[in-house]
Amino acid sequence: MNIEESKDFLVSTASLKEVRTFSREVFEKINLPQDQKDELVLAIAEAAQNIVKHAYKDIAETSDRMEIKISLKDSDLEIGFFDKGKAVIPENIQHRKLDDIKPGGLGTFFIKQIMDAAVFKKDQKEWVNHLVLTKKI
Amino acid sequence: MSYKVTEEGNVSTVFLNGEIDMDVTEKAKEVILPIVESGKEVHLNLKDVSYMDSSGISVLIESHQKALEHNTKVIVKEVSKSVLKVIMMAKLEQILNLE
Repeated sequence: MNIEESKDFLVSTASLKEVRTFSREVFEKINLPQDQKDELVLAIAEAAQNIVKHAYKDIAETSDRMEIKISLKDSDLEIGFFDKGKAVIPENIQHRKLDDIKPGGLGTFFIKQIMDAAVFKKDQKEWVNHLVLTKKI
Repeated sequence: MSYKVTEEGNVSTVFLNGEIDMDVTEKAKEVILPIVESGKEVHLNLKDVSYMDSSGISVLIESHQKALEHNTKVIVKEVSKSVLKVIMMAKLEQILNLE
């Protein structure tokens, strides 16, 4: 089954629920175990949260929108995130060590646990950041 | 997210309900942390929490650590399956007091 669906959201923590709803609706159309669907929704929500939290750090309110595109071709799942926030420096993205117990720093770890790969691409002129998460399902 | 707090002796039970994400973590902390700082034992009942992300996990860690500072404890109770999975993904099942 092949799917390609995208939706844009206001860059805001208040949009995260809407991001999850969109993701769940797309995954409802794909035959996957519920546990895996839940994991994928978590990965998408964490990546969207990172846009709000990091790409728009110190920006209290914005009218900018972010776009999320979910594509499935055969068994290759690709999830794209597009935003116009501060440019991400991929080398600076690190999750905290798991034995260093403190609040924060787990979102990227969850994404890496759930997905096969997370890559920032510089292929979009109209966007600043383009993160691509992929997974063979 | 909605919540309910019940008290019995030195134990306050906070029942959280709904989805815990970055949008509601401040609200969750405003409910939980003052009780912990008062020195009471806090039971966090998560049976009706259907979703929790890394922000929610941060609330659990912060509550746990604040309790240690105030010589009390936070016990996480009746964790729903989906939340337990996230706690385990963060390898916190041995750190947090789960019942």
